This record gives sequence, C-alpha cells and structure tokens, in this order.
Amino acid sequence: MAAFGSFALLIALALAAYNLLAGAFALRLIATGQPARISPERLADTARRAGIAGFLAISAAAFALIWSVFANDFSITYIMEHSNRALPGAYKFSALWSGQEGSLLLWAWLLGIYGFVLRLTHKKDVKLYAYAGTILAGIQVFFLLVLNFAAPPFALLKGAIPDDGNGLNPLLQYPEMVIHPPMLYLGYVGFSVPFCFALGALMMRYPGEKWIKVTRVWTLVTWLFLTAGIFLGMHWAYAVLGWGGYWGWDPVENASFMPWLTGTAFLHSVMMQEKKGMMKSWNVWLIFSTFLLTLLGTLLTRAGLVSSVHAFAQSSIGTWFMVFMGIVLAVCIFTFILQHSHLKSEQHMESLVSRESSFLFNNLVLLTACFVILWGTLFPILSEYVVGNKVTVGAPFYNRVAIPIGLFLLFLTGVGPLLPWRNTSLKSIKRNFVLPVIALWATVIVCFAVGVNPWKGGAFSTGDFYAIVSFAVSAAVMTAILSEFLRGAGVISRQTGRNLFYATWLLTRRNTRRYGGYIIHIGVVIVVVGLAGAAFNQNQESELALNDKLIIGPYTLVQVGATQDSNDNYNSEYAMLDVYRDGKKQFQMTPEKRVYLASNQPQTMVAIHSTPEWDLYVVYEGTNPDTSQPIIKAYLNPLVGWIWAGLVILVFGTFVALVPSLTPATAALRVPATRPAPTEPELKGGL
Amino acid sequence: MATPLRFRFWFRTMQGESGTAPGALSFPRLLRKGWDSSNLPSRTGTASFWFKSAQALLLAVAVCFSLGANDSSARYHDLNHRLMCTCGCSQLLGECNHVGCTESGQELAELRTDIASGMSDKDIFSAFSAKYGATVLAAPSTHGFDLVAWIAPFAVFGAALLGTILLIRRWAGIAGAKAQAAALEPPIDDPADRERKEQIRRETGSDGGF
Repeated sequence: MAAFGSFALLIALALAAYNLLAGAFALRLIATGQPARISPERLADTARRAGIAGFLAISAAAFALIWSVFANDFSITYIMEHSNRALPGAYKFSALWSGQEGSLLLWAWLLGIYGFVLRLTHKKDVKLYAYAGTILAGIQVFFLLVLNFAAPPFALLKGAIPDDGNGLNPLLQYPEMVIHPPMLYLGYVGFSVPFCFALGALMMRYPGEKWIKVTRVWTLVTWLFLTAGIFLGMHWAYAVLGWGGYWGWDPVENASFMPWLTGTAFLHSVMMQEKKGMMKSWNVWLIFSTFLLTLLGTLLTRAGLVSSVHAFAQSSIGTWFMVFMGIVLAVCIFTFILQHSHLKSEQHMESLVSRESSFLFNNLVLLTACFVILWGTLFPILSEYVVGNKVTVGAPFYNRVAIPIGLFLLFLTGVGPLLPWRNTSLKSIKRNFVLPVIALWATVIVCFAVGVNPWKGGAFSTGDFYAIVSFAVSAAVMTAILSEFLRGAGVISRQTGRNLFYATWLLTRRNTRRYGGYIIHIGVVIVVVGLAGAAFNQNQESELALNDKLIIGPYTLVQVGATQDSNDNYNSEYAMLDVYRDGKKQFQMTPEKRVYLASNQPQTMVAIHSTPEWDLYVVYEGTNPDTSQPIIKAYLNPLVGWIWAGLVILVFGTFVALVPSLTPATAALRVPATRPAPTEPELKGGL
Repeated sequence: MATPLRFRFWFRTMQGESGTAPGALSFPRLLRKGWDSSNLPSRTGTASFWFKSAQALLLAVAVCFSLGANDSSARYHDLNHRLMCTCGCSQLLGECNHVGCTESGQELAELRTDIASGMSDKDIFSAFSAKYGATVLAAPSTHGFDLVAWIAPFAVFGAALLGTILLIRRWAGIAGAKAQAAALEPPIDDPADRERKEQIRRETGSDGGF
C-alpha cells in the first residue's frame, strides 16, 4: 500500500503540474488572441479535467494512508510513529492528521476537494473559473512537491519492523480531535478558493463585481469552517488540557486566529465593494493577506520558529513554505501593480460618521487585532535577532493589549448597523442610540447591584472592570440588534396583519444576508458574555481522603471512592466525587488520569458539569506519593457554556446568511394582497 | 477609595472645570439637557461635543491600560500568572498542571518566599529573570528593546486611525466637490451609456446586500 500511495502522489503531482502549465498557456493564448494549433478553450478544458483527475489521485493517496493505519502497517514510518494496534478505530482515522506528513496530505486532499467542486461548477463563468482553477493548481503543485520530496507520508521504516507502533499522542485521543483538525483545515484551505478568484479576477481585469458574488458563498462557508474549527479547538483545550481555560494565546492558536480576523474583515468590507464600488484594492489585499496568513501560521508553527504546546506537528519544512510565500507575495504584488488601474473606486465616502466609515473602522480594528497577534507571535524572534535575548510573549501581553481592542470591536458591532449610509445627523444618532445607551447603563447599574464592582475591597480589579464593560457593551449591542429586528418586523406586521414572530421570519427571509449577519452578531455577543465570565473564575485544590470534602462556590464535593481500570490502550485511575448543593446530592463526577501504554504518557480526563450559570470543572491530578490519596483540583468557571451556545447561534446565523433571499416576486406571494407590501426603505428601518 | 491623582485630572476635565471653550456645553451638561442637536448652539458646540466624547473615550482607554490588580490578597495569583513554568510546557506558572512537574512546585515556593520577604513585584521579576532567564517572564518587560513590544501595537493603531480619519475627510471633500460640479452640469442622457449600465446591473445584479 505504501508503493500505491507514493505512486498516487506522484501521479497527482504530474496532473497538478499539467493543470497549472496547460491552464496558464491556454489562458495566455485566450488573453493575447494568438493563433495556435490547438484550440485554447480545449486546452483549458484538458487542464480542468487534469485537475479533477488529480483530486482522484490525492484521494487514492489519502485512502492508502488510512488503509495502512487500519492494517497496522508499521513498515511505514508515519504509521509506526502515530498509531498502534490497540488504538480505537476513530482515532486511527484521526492519525491521518496527527503528524506533519499526514496533515499535509489532508491539506492537499481538502484542496483537491475544493478544486473538484470548483472545476465541476465551472459553467457559471468558464473563463473566471479557468483562471481560479489554474491558480489553485499552482497551490496544489506546491503541496504535492512538499509531500513527494520533503515530507513523504509513505516513507518506509529503516531497519526491523516493530510489532507495534508508538501510538497516537494522548492529547489527540479525544472525540473532538476527530472533527477539530478537519474543520480547521477546511477553513485554512478554503481561503485558497476566494484567493484564487480574487487573483484570477484581477489578472483578467474581470468587469464588475460578479466575482465577489461568486466567491461569497465560498468565503462564508470557509469562514464558517474556520470559526467552528477554532471553537472546537477551544473546547478541546478546555476539556483535555486540564488547566481550566480554553485559550492560551499559543502560537498555533494565534496562527488560526489571524486569518480568521482578516477573513472577517474581508467579509465586511466586500459588502462596500458590492454596494458602493469602494475599497477594491483593500479587498483584494485583504484576501491576499488572509491566504498568506494561513501559510505563515503553518510556517511559524511547523518550522520550529516559535515554541508551542502543539509540538506534535513540528518539522523542518519551513524553507519550503518560506519560498512559496515569497513566490505568492511576488505574484500578488506584480499582478496588483500591473492591474492597479482596474481597482479604482467608483465612489468615495462622504462622512466620518456613516455606515461606510463604520465598515472601514471595523476593518481597521480587525486588522489591528491581527497585527497585535502577529506582533506578539513574532516578537520573540525579533528580540532574539535584534538584541540576542529571547523573551516570552504570553497571555498577560495579549490580555492587556487585545482585550481593549476586542471591546472596541464589539462596540463597533453594535454601532455600525445603526448608522445610515452616506451621512449621519445627530438626530438619527439620538433616535437609533437611545435604547442601546439605556441598556448599557442599566447593565452597569445591575452589575454593581449584584456585587460586580471593580473597586470592591479597596483595590481595583481589572478583571471585574473588563467584565462590566463587556456585559454593558454586549447589552447595548444586543439591544441595537434586537431593535433592528423589531423595527423591520413591526413594519411587516402592520402591513400584513401577521404576528411579530412570523413578521420576523419573513423579514429575515427577505434579506437573509443582512439579518443572518445580525444573528451572527448576536452569537458574537453571547460568546463575549461567556468570555467575560472568566473574570470570576474560582479554583480550589485539595488532597481528598475517603469522605473528605472540597467546597467551591455553592458545591460540596465528597470523595466516595478512588479506583483503577485498564484496557488494551491505557491504564486509568479515577476518583468518584459526589457533588452536593444546598445539602442535597446532585450528581457524581469521575475525573480521571490515564497512562497510555504505547507511549507511556499520562493524560488527564477532566470531568465537567455544565450549566448556563457556570461549569464545575474537576481535574484528578494524581495521588500524593506519601499518602496515596487523590489530589483534586476543582474550578468554578462562570458562563463558559455561553461560549459554546454563542457558537451554535453563530453557525445558525451563517446558514441563514447563506440561504438566498426571497425574490421580490416570491415575497409578494407570501404577503396577503389586502395591504400594500412594505417598501425596501421601510424594511431597512428607514435607513 | 481615593481616586488616583492622574484620574482626578481626567475627571476634572470631564466635569468641564478646565479646558471647556466659553459657550460650549460640557459633556455632563449635555447629558443633563438631553442629546439633541438644538442643544448644540453652534459649530463650536458640535466640535466641543466631539472633543468631550473623545475625552471620555480616552478616559476609558486610559483606565483599561493603566490599572492592574494591586490587592495584596490577589498578589500571589496575579504574579504566578505573570511568570512562566520553566519545564518546557509553555504554560503560565499558575496554570501548569503537569502531574509531577518538578519546576512549577519549586518556582511557586520561591514566589511565596519572595512575597513573604516583602520584595516588590519588580524585584521578584528581576530575581526570577536572573535565575531562569528572561523567558520566565510571561510578557516582555517595559524597558529596553522590550518596550517596543508594548508601544508598537498602539503606535500602529494610532497611525492607522489617524490615517483613516484623514483619508475619509479627504474623500468627503472630493465627494462634496463632485456633487457641486454635478449640480452645475446639465444631465447627459446617453442611450449607449444607459444600456451599458443596465447590462452591468443585469450581469452583476447585487441584491442590495447588508
């Protein structure tokens, strides 16, 4: 199977190279109109078919690797290093992305899937898709070169073949690890597609903004995958790493967050281009940067340039990525300079306080946040280079710098949609902002009333202060969004006589993009509320003998037993803790510590009891060697559940935004003819 | 609690006791009278309103960035979250949860001893830095080249903000001039141009979007 896999990768490389070269040649012929012995259109079509065949070849290689994992073929170095016989089936599947070579193969495979879909749907706009497909083939050639020559997944083991493998990293033996990496990679890889469309449209001087409409679904779906991937990673870190948190500002986390920020900025500013013909150069560079950041993140974390807890994926392929990034950047700059005149804005902003400028400020803040993270990630390297002194840039730096920026962004999330296009008067500010401002101050008062006070105890608490600001701004933003819904739904309700719920549904269906966007903003607000809860985290650590108690918040944990278990994959020991609240037993928790047999590595399995109010998070830290009693660390983490709930709303909102809006003709059918249908300005709240 | 001196200055400025132009409304007075354009008697008043708003924003930002936890009971927790565990786990000292980690226990014990001996935060960081190297500090210090780490984000943000504001103002000027010029010229009804625009609209047909 190793030979089959290697051969499939070589075939895939040859096909991708043909796709790139033949496609580029055909497009050149079409662009210049030069006569040729072969029809350029037919040549371009052979290139497209080669791309489809290339996808099949990469799929065969991926299949070969998965087959080898399940067949316990330890003659392949990768399988020996990342699997073992006792590994459960689901985790054998996830071995595909648990190491460097496998994860690069996954990257190439996903790129192949995206390319396959793109090439199958080429009839939407044959020429634009040909450009995009050819550029995508160029990216594919790079990954296949790396897979064939720098990080081959089917490299054979030298020397005697062992009976069993080293096993999968225990950190990865968790159900979420079966979904999180593919999601994240779908996001990373997916940004290649809008990048290819943007570069292709620029190369061919594509008229109008249709290319944005074509790529909108791709961008939104990709963004959704990346968002879900990041959140699943947060949940994995929370449930597996056992330190009570979900985001540690690790370079790998930062690497995934940076393209998310620029991608989010692109999704916002691209609306300006569609609606007003503005910010064309800006948008092109946003999507170029997003793609380059996906590569930079990979370079940073896999080349060993920065230290990371994700050490399982490091190797020495940095030079390949550096060269490729250089080529991509050079192509982007060259094309931009060559076609710069095509990107002239059709209109300019007319006021500092308007919907347009709010989009620009939103972009500014998102990019500043991206810069802060990039700066913090790269500063240790810079410091070592400049003064020869390596420093750590950890959570305290990001918390101090990024949180205020994040809160400002949240503020803009609420303010932006309330501002009218073109210009704003104080009168309209008053009309639109009075309710959010009331909500903001009411929340501040409620916070103080329930005891959230930054000055409590005679000292200033930054955490409490940030929490109050977060809650207050969140309340204001939520009020602003809901009032937008209510205003539109009220008009429809009055016009149709239907109840407010139906009117809200109809309103959303008529402009899914706008109201889907609002639902996404609601999700973001819910997430921020959850994040703000971290200011009130509590933890207790104690050695618990039988029937000993540990009290945290309203809960009392009583140790009722500690026992051991084992299977083919690991030995485990765990404590049984009865949890009481108000003197009544509520439930039992069993935090666990495992030692995996193949790798002999320990791993905690956290017990979590989640409620909307807080998470009770219990870690079994092992036994005291002197007393043999279990050591238990308990955390009470308020509002963590809101983060995951926010993700669900965010995903729902993205799906809504992806659904096509009702056309005016269809919408008219849904409104009884007894009253005139509301006009567009009415639906948009008079804006 | 007594307000620190620097914030008292800000509060005084906010109250309109200094730096308020004659005839202009102070921010609190504006709030008392109600947020209405009629309360802004002149262009100077509008400018003053925005100036005060900017001051309020600056105050909030200053509070965000300047203050830190200084409660002595929380000092141990605060400090162990500003130091790194040196076992190679890349985790904060206070969050290192490796079973049997020999480094974090020793470091935490040292931290407790240093706090008990009355050392200042700066002295504790210096002592840890001298013993374990600069990477034991979870964030760059605020002197020497490390200061660049703290300044650069705000400098970039400030420059970008200023640049954006200036750009929008320039654009607004251009748009205004164009609008004036268009108002003076008679409308040209070119059927070919109309047909071309119609074709673009048909082919690119945006639904209006957000």
